[in-house]
Amino acid sequence: MISNKRLVLAHFWLAFAVFGVAILLGEWQMFIRSPLHAWLHNPDLYYRSVTAHGTVMGYVFPTLIAMGFGYAITELALDQPLIGRRWAWAGYTMIIIGSIAAVVPVALGLDSVLYTFYPPMIGNAFYYIGVVLVVVGSWIWVALMGINLQAWKRAHPGAPVPLPMFANVAAAYLWGWTAVGAALELLFQILPVALGFSNTINAGLSRVLFSWTLHAIVYFWLMPAYIAFYTIVPRAIGGRLYSDTMARISFVLFLVFSMPIGIHHLFADPQVGSGFKFIHSVFTAMVAVPTLLTVFTIGASVEIAARLRGGKGVFGWLKALPWDNPQMLALAFSFVMLGFGGAGGLINMSYQLDSTIHNTQWVTGHFHLIFGGAIVIMYFAIAYDLWPHLTGRAMRDLSLIRAQLWLWFIGMIVTTFPWHYVGILGMPRRMAYFDYSAPGAAGEAIWVVMSTLGGALLVVSAVLFLVILYRNHSACQVEPAPFTFSKAIHEPVSLPLALNGLGLWVGLMIALTITNYGYPIVQLMGLPDAKVPAVFVGAK
Amino acid sequence: MAQTFSANSHDTAALTARIEKRWAFLMVGIISLLVAVVIFTSLHWAMMPPSRVETINPSTLHLSGEFVESNLGSAVEPDGSITVRVVGQQYSFTPQCIVVPSKTLITFRVTSADVIHGMLITGTNINSMVEPGYISTFKTEFKQPGDHLMPCHEYCGVGHEAMWANVKVVDKDVFSKMALNTRRLTCDF
Repeated sequence: MISNKRLVLAHFWLAFAVFGVAILLGEWQMFIRSPLHAWLHNPDLYYRSVTAHGTVMGYVFPTLIAMGFGYAITELALDQPLIGRRWAWAGYTMIIIGSIAAVVPVALGLDSVLYTFYPPMIGNAFYYIGVVLVVVGSWIWVALMGINLQAWKRAHPGAPVPLPMFANVAAAYLWGWTAVGAALELLFQILPVALGFSNTINAGLSRVLFSWTLHAIVYFWLMPAYIAFYTIVPRAIGGRLYSDTMARISFVLFLVFSMPIGIHHLFADPQVGSGFKFIHSVFTAMVAVPTLLTVFTIGASVEIAARLRGGKGVFGWLKALPWDNPQMLALAFSFVMLGFGGAGGLINMSYQLDSTIHNTQWVTGHFHLIFGGAIVIMYFAIAYDLWPHLTGRAMRDLSLIRAQLWLWFIGMIVTTFPWHYVGILGMPRRMAYFDYSAPGAAGEAIWVVMSTLGGALLVVSAVLFLVILYRNHSACQVEPAPFTFSKAIHEPVSLPLALNGLGLWVGLMIALTITNYGYPIVQLMGLPDAKVPAVFVGAK
Repeated sequence: MAQTFSANSHDTAALTARIEKRWAFLMVGIISLLVAVVIFTSLHWAMMPPSRVETINPSTLHLSGEFVESNLGSAVEPDGSITVRVVGQQYSFTPQCIVVPSKTLITFRVTSADVIHGMLITGTNINSMVEPGYISTFKTEFKQPGDHLMPCHEYCGVGHEAMWANVKVVDKDVFSKMALNTRRLTCDF
């Protein structure tokens, strides 16, 4: 039973509203740089749009989803009212203020630096301050998740922490720590220059600090989707979770291994030695393990559901699955996109193969497929599952929901596959227009048009999604059955200390961050030669 | 099925754990194999990204040192290999067109005069960041003559989309003749 329905709904609605705006920007970007449109007279409009699209989709949207879902999980899984509700609203308010402070100067063209900042380019300070406020607002949520778990543990000494809350707090701690890298970059490198206290900056060090955030943030985006895989889907399709223990192991492995791997974003950079590049490559390979474990556990859980429904045979059980159930459909689509995206990811992490696709459209295709595809489709699924419990109204539009999920899946494939392909041809990222008549680039035109059409499908799907949620608020009132999470085949009776708390794993996460980032950061701090003059962007 | 879980809970627990463990070992094995391939290729083919952590002051590039304008382009080294020096700046590369011989060891040395840039050469796996304050060094060899595009691949400001250069790979002998009378080569020498 959720007693803080307004808080959860406020987070979800704001998240989906900004998502709705940002997806329009994304499609506009794809359209104006495709052969369907003439070259933009003012390319800065494109970069303003990219900055806003990235800032909203990368920072604001997934953070709000994780927070709203986290507040819901706290009450549903722990069966106790949320402690610190006022603080939660304060964090929410900070995110609103921060988002406005960030987006206004971007719209005015004062901060066309993209959401990855790119110092020594420096824009108006309000953009960076806005981003800091969004992060600090989310840190309130991190603290609240920890506090609520501790309160429950004191009240239930020795009892196994419910899996959804265990995973949710792992996600919170992961975010709390991974955001530190970008925070250090903003507070100690960018803001002093943006505010006029300094005029030089070490661009190489900035990139290393940002990489600390840049990869683990993806796992933070991913956590709500994985929580849904383990704790919502098996219940929704009438199955059981194959293994509670393996689920916990997967989540703690994410916590430990998603942090010390960010330098794989810097394979082509001159300021990091090959030794650390190699180490980060190996650790990146290891972070594939929890995903591969998840594929097995969820696959097995789905098979249990099929066999309970009378499915037979080695593969025949697939037919017995409830394919008309939106949760089943979303899971299947998510897994397909995760499979392709993950295979692409293995290429990116392999040191040598990376050099064929680094900073090309391949990378844009890769993270849109993983995040926009595999992860966001599960955000939709989470909303569909929670909404009746938040509004007290029936979710009637089942066929509309299925159409929306299908459209999203097809749209994402049509958008991202051509991106991967033109990336292999060497088409660079982040360009306001292309000369499709240039020898060597002409063959890319048709593929760019194709992905623009895929983007249009995504826009239609997003509109459908918002309509479905909105319509639910005026649907007939129902008394939904009490919300439950998936039950494991063998529910944990008592758990080893290491799998009932996160202390050990947070310690390992911090220790590995220090061993894998300590030396490169200290080395670069000791290079005064590498401090270069800032280059200011926007009207001056 | 549900009944068997509860009836024989201990046996099924052991069974599920065994299947699960087998999968986990298999996955760790696959990942180890991938890492082994990475190690093998980096040692065997000596495929290494730019990693020397070599610094340079971007404000004085044009005044002295190896990146003064007269020293940019392709230079023939005493051992017959070629060194190509390139500077990236908002929004062009200098030189705008690079000429290099085929079937010859080529060392690129690239830096930026202002913000972060990047470069890739289409149809090859040459790909590097170009950062102010640092020199990117990497080696390569072009198999055959041909024309390639060399876009800047990192957002560097409002003119980023216009920052494209060209690479012209010519036959080794043709290049030797071109290099007879000049110290540094570009397409327009």
